[in-house]
Order: sequence, then structure tokens, then C-alpha cells
Amino acid sequence: MKRLFYLLPLAAFLVVAGYFMISLRAGPDVHELPSAMLNKPAPEFDLASLSGGEKLDLDALKGHPFIVNFFASWCVPCRIEHPVLMRLSQQNHLPLYGIAYKDRPEDTKKLLDKYGDPFRLVGLDQSGNVGLNFGVYGVPETYVIDATGRIRRRFVGPLTAETVNKELLPLLKQLDKS
Amino acid sequence: MITELGHFALILALFVAIVQSTVPLIGAARRHVGWMSVGRSCALVGFALTALAMLSLMHAYVTSDFTVINVVENSHTDKPLLYQITGVWGNHEGSMLLWVFMLSLCAAAVALFSNNLPPALRARVLAVQGMIAVGFLLFILLTSNPFLRTFPPPPNGNGLNPVLQDPGLAFHPPFLYLGYVGFSVAFAFAVAALIEGRVDAAWARWVRPWTLASWCALTIGIAMGSWWAYYTLGWGGWWFWDPVENASFMPWLVGTALIHSSIVVEKRDTLKSWTILLAIITFSLSLVGTFLVRSGVLTSVHAFATDPQRGTFILLLLVVAIGGSLTLYAIRAPALKGGGVFAPISREGALVLNNVLLSCGCATVFLGTLYPLFLDAMGGPKLSVGFPFFNRTFAPMMVPMIIAVGIGPMLAWKRGDILGALQRLWVAYIATGIVLLIAFYVTRGGPVLAVLGFGLSAWLFAAVLTELAERLRLFRVPLRDSGRRAVHLPRAAYGMTLAHLGLAVSVAGFSASAFDKEAIEILKPGGSLDIAGYHLTLEHMDRLPGPNYTADDASIQVMRDGKVITTMHPQRRFFPLQKETTSETAIRTNLLADLYVALGDTDNAGSWTVRVYWKPLVPWIWMGAVIMALGGMVSLSDRRWRVGVASRAGRRMPQAIPAAGE
Repeated sequence: MKRLFYLLPLAAFLVVAGYFMISLRAGPDVHELPSAMLNKPAPEFDLASLSGGEKLDLDALKGHPFIVNFFASWCVPCRIEHPVLMRLSQQNHLPLYGIAYKDRPEDTKKLLDKYGDPFRLVGLDQSGNVGLNFGVYGVPETYVIDATGRIRRRFVGPLTAETVNKELLPLLKQLDKS
Repeated sequence: MITELGHFALILALFVAIVQSTVPLIGAARRHVGWMSVGRSCALVGFALTALAMLSLMHAYVTSDFTVINVVENSHTDKPLLYQITGVWGNHEGSMLLWVFMLSLCAAAVALFSNNLPPALRARVLAVQGMIAVGFLLFILLTSNPFLRTFPPPPNGNGLNPVLQDPGLAFHPPFLYLGYVGFSVAFAFAVAALIEGRVDAAWARWVRPWTLASWCALTIGIAMGSWWAYYTLGWGGWWFWDPVENASFMPWLVGTALIHSSIVVEKRDTLKSWTILLAIITFSLSLVGTFLVRSGVLTSVHAFATDPQRGTFILLLLVVAIGGSLTLYAIRAPALKGGGVFAPISREGALVLNNVLLSCGCATVFLGTLYPLFLDAMGGPKLSVGFPFFNRTFAPMMVPMIIAVGIGPMLAWKRGDILGALQRLWVAYIATGIVLLIAFYVTRGGPVLAVLGFGLSAWLFAAVLTELAERLRLFRVPLRDSGRRAVHLPRAAYGMTLAHLGLAVSVAGFSASAFDKEAIEILKPGGSLDIAGYHLTLEHMDRLPGPNYTADDASIQVMRDGKVITTMHPQRRFFPLQKETTSETAIRTNLLADLYVALGDTDNAGSWTVRVYWKPLVPWIWMGAVIMALGGMVSLSDRRWRVGVASRAGRRMPQAIPAAGE
């Protein structure tokens, strides 16, 4: 019995090593993980908004292509991404909508007051259910949704000026034309 | 030519390490003195060879030898000399070479400074270190060789990631690695002890200085990394619970526990198998940290080149090193005899509490860091754990710990008198009360947790000083007697006092971050903003040339009470080679608070985003860490003196030995 006790550390390590093995197999780079939701209709959402007025409703957004960005005040990479989003909304006037993922509304508000609010509307996903339906791996994630409400592209991790110029903007241009 | 020399030296080092890991082990088993002493020569030769490899790679960098792929990928002729040198470890291959270099440095140090070690123990310790070296040398030579050539050479290199071209980060990896790798000595001692099946007070006395030295280096390394993040990332944060940060924090937590538990082994001859386990886990966590950073299984703001093949290799290394040592532990540890029971209220009881809390803290960080990975591997919902998790779990666990740090040293070994200790701490209660009242008054309606943090810091500060006063019998015996006691007090006692004071200083720094003020404005030259009594005016913007970048330099005049204090120069630097922009913050500190100015984007019409933070007590965070490391070094100097203590003790006994040693 006492011997079993001394085996515990080894057992614990083997479990952890097993997990390491699985995640190595899964591929090292989540950026390359394609979304299972690609080219499928975006999951329905109808969220209370931060401003308290109009709700963030998928059906109301359809008709034009738009961008949904999942973010949170407690997320480090989101702050890195923030200036990029600000530029997107200020210079390109893109239809950018935010979903505050598992965040307290007052914290979200503080963040946007401090660093600027690039979003046309911010939906509150405090339970994280909408993020779950989208298959959000972690914040930030950005989805491009076309006029019919299908997900056309998923960006995992912070957007950079380069991905915006090379991928996001061309895709939107193409969606706008069709 | 010199590059090839380095390459061959590294291959030779591998063979030397193979000899080092086998021959002394067999020698120790057969009691063959000649075979045992092979370990020592191997360790020294191995060090010379890896040093040669390191130097030849440095040579390739300094001379910008673009026939070496590693130099092409990470250097550039325009790069300042300092970063040409530190660029050697600013990339994956080079940093692994640094790792191995540090490892061989530790092995050589053990070989040189262990004359008083029983030869069999020394042979086994060196053999275990040889095994670790074999693993990492194979890893470098098979998957991450920095000496590979390319032909024809390109005209110039790709340059170093601009974010890494920074003095703070240039010296962060060597300290961090010295800490990580230094724990391999404690690990080797633990494995050697398991092979021998014997752990005693002498064993603990040998392990302790090595653990302390690595702990000091790791403390400095982590502090440097955090300081770098603070002034580079440009928004004033200093700790992000990022996976890579956590990877260095976990060995620190367990290493801290190890330092304390090895005291119990030394003084009371008990807690042996736990201490062995801690020594194994500390180094294992260093290895896991390396795996997490190098394999890319966790995404992080620290961008490193990642490669699944490398990940697989390191995982294999982990399984052999950690799995092997823990198997040995499972077989041998039950036979280790403890020195007897002890009372929960005693110095050793307090140290056990310290160990329990630190280990739980480390387990929390471990879970928080790896939870997304675990869940993902199970095919479960994907999610991430952020700030809220760590703030709600880790912080509360450290509160009882800090309270206990104040009381623990007041308890005697074997049987402590907690009521007496609590009575003698009356000064600390008063100090805590006063600070709590002031903090509460100043911050009425402010964050309760920050007030609590200040209280904790004051408590710790006062309690540590009370303990020192108790030892010196200050105000109880004539001042001259106290002075004599102060002279004879072991350095280790001063080390402990310093380290605990450092913790108090850092805690004050952490708590004060709740009172940060920040202002963000879009300014044209001539525009101004106000923050915390300061009046900042953007005077003019200039474009300045740098060695390998161009900078937009802002001249911001700072005024307080109508007087000009200084002009600050935050910059945005554009590196044309990498097409990347970095933000160079300007910080003015008076050691009580930082004024922190970061330059943001421009709208290209003459307006610039200017972010200003006023951060009270934030320098204390790193000052505290430096004081902690200093405490470790003071304690270390005591230990070295103790190497010859047996011969000296007869001659000169201190007249008054304080109640307790540490």
C-alpha cells in the first residue's frame, strides 16, 4: 500500500506525457487548424449588447459581409491586436462586430473606454455559449461571415497588419463584389 | 574552419558525455577508484569542448559568416555588435547550445568544488549529469544543429527579430538557463542518492548551495523577463500568466520549496523522500518548460520557431529523464528512513506548511497552463484560461503563505511556542494595523484586495525585522552585546532575512498596481495631457536614424507644479529589414513610482496616439526580486565558509549560538 503511494508521481507524469503526445500529433500550430465550421452557416446568436440598446443579432447582420471578433479584457494577445482593429474601423470603415467572450461587462467597457472602441456593436457572451458554438479555441479569434451568413474564414490569434492586408481585405473585397 | 572546429568539438563532447555517463557509474558500483575518477576529467573536458563550440558560433556571428545557415537566419551586418553576440542565443539552435554550455559549466563546477564529497557519490552525480548532457547534445546534433553550412552564401542575413534587440532581453536567457540547468545538479544529487539508497544531513548540506545558486539565477532571470515585458510591450503590464512565463515560474516555485525542505533534511534528518521528490520535480519542470516553449504545443505571445520533430525528440527526452528518475524514486524511496516524528507546531512544521502551499501554488499554475491542452486532447470544448483563473486561485493561496513566512522563523526546532511567537510579534500587528488604516483611508472605496496586499507586505516586513531583532536580543541586552551577536550571526540567517524582506517589497509592488492611473490621448505637437499631477506636452516629433532602423522620436516635456522636470523620448522604431515596428517606451522613475510613456500609432496627419501610465511602487516588484536573489547569495557565502567548518569549529566556537541556525 505504501509502495503505491510512491508510484503516484510516476503515474501522474505518464498521464501528462500522454497528453503531450496527443497534442504533438494534433499538429503544433493551431493557426493552421481549419475550422469545422468553414463554409457552413454561422451559429445563431442573439446577444445583449454592451451599450444596452440594440441586440447583436445574426439575422439582422445578414445581407452584407461582416467580421466578428471574439475578445476579452483579460486576454493579452487581444491588447496586441487592438490597434490593428482600431485601424480597420477608422481607416477601412469595415463592418466590425465584437463579441466579449467570458468577460464582465464593466471590464469590457473599461477596456474599450481606455483603448478605443473599434466595433459597431459589442455583444456580451458571458456564458461563453456563442464562443462554444463557433468552436473558439481561445481569444482572440476573428471570423469573416458573408452576406448569406456563412463563415468564410477563421483567424486564430491576433490579427496582424500583414494578415489584414494580405488576406482579410482581399477576401472582403471579393465578397463585396459577388 | 573555426565553425567546423566548433561542430567537431560538439560531436566530441557527445562522446565524452557518453563516457561520463557510464564509466563512473560502473566504477561506483564496483568500488573502482580509477573508473570513478573518470567522471571528473570527463566533466572538465566536456566543459572545454562545449565552450569551444559556443565560442566558435559566437565567432561566426561576430564576423557575419553567412555560409552558416544559423547566422544567415538570425544576423545581419548592420546589427549592433552587442546583438550580434547575444543573437547567438536569440534563436532556437543557439539557445539550445547555450543550454548545453550551462549544463557542462555546472558539471565542471561540481567536478571542481566537490573534493569533500564521497568519491562514489561524486561519480554518480557526474554520471547523471553526463546522461542529461548526452540527451541534449543528441538533440542539438540531430535536430537543431547551429553549425550547418550553406553555399553559395547570401549577400546578407535576415536579421534578428527587432523585439529581441534589447539589452534586457539579451541577458535574460543566460540567467534563466543558468537557473533551469543549475537545478540539474540537485536532480543529479537526488538520483545519485536514490541509487545509493542513502540520504543524510551531509547530503542535504552538499545539495543546498547548488540549489540556492540556481534559485538566485532563476529569480534574476524571471525578474529580467518580466521587466523586459514591462518596458517593451508598451502597455505597462509586468506579468501576463503567459505559458512561457509560467514555464519559468513553476520551477521557481518548487525550487523555493526545495531550498526550504532541504533545511529540514539537514537539521532534523527527516522529510527525505519528499525533498528528493522536490529535487526531481524542480528539474523536471525546467525540462517541461523547455518542451512547452520549443514544441509549440501551447500558443503563446513568445514566438519561437517550432517544429514537430523537435517536439517529439524533447518529449522522448522527458519520458527518459523524468520517467526514469520517478521510476527509480518509486523503487527506492520507500526504503529511505525518516529521522522520526515531529510536532506540527515547530520550525520544521512551518517549513512543511511552506512546502505544501508552494507545491499547491505550483500545481495551480501547472493546471492553468496546461488545461487548454488537456481539454483539447480529450476532444472537449476548446477554451482558454486567462488572468481571472490565476488571480482567483493562485493569489488566495499565497495569502496564508505570506502570513506564515512572518511566523515560521520565530518558531524553534522540534517544539515551537506559537503563543510566545505570536506575542513577540506585537510590533508587526501594530505596523500592519497602521498600514491597513492608512491604505484604507487613502483608497476609500478602492480595491479591497490591494489594501489587503499592503497589509500583508507591512506584516511581513515588520515580522522579519522583529525576528532579526529577537536574534540579536535587541533592546534586551546592552547594545554592545547585540552588536557582538550581529557579528556572529551566521550569514545564512542574514540571507533569510534579506530574502523575506525582498518578498515583502515585491508584494507591496504587486499590490500597488491596483492604483495605476492611465491616460490615452491623440496628440498633435503642442497638445498636452494631465495625469497624476503631471502635465505632459508633446513638443515635437523627429525622425531619427538608428543603426538598423529609423525612429519616430517624440519629445514630451514633463511638468509638475509648474516646473519642468524632464523631457521624455518614447519612440516607434521601424526595422525596414523585417518590416516590423517596435515601440520604445520612455520611463521616468523616482523609485516610488514610474511615469511610463508609450508612443502609439499615427494617423499620418500629424497626430500621434500617446499612452501615459502612472504606476506607483512598480519598481519595487523587481527591486524585491533583486533583494531576494541577494539574500540567496548572502546565504550561499555562508555555506562556502561551512565547507571547512569541521576543521575550524574546534578552534573558534562562537560564544553565543543563536537559538536556531537558519
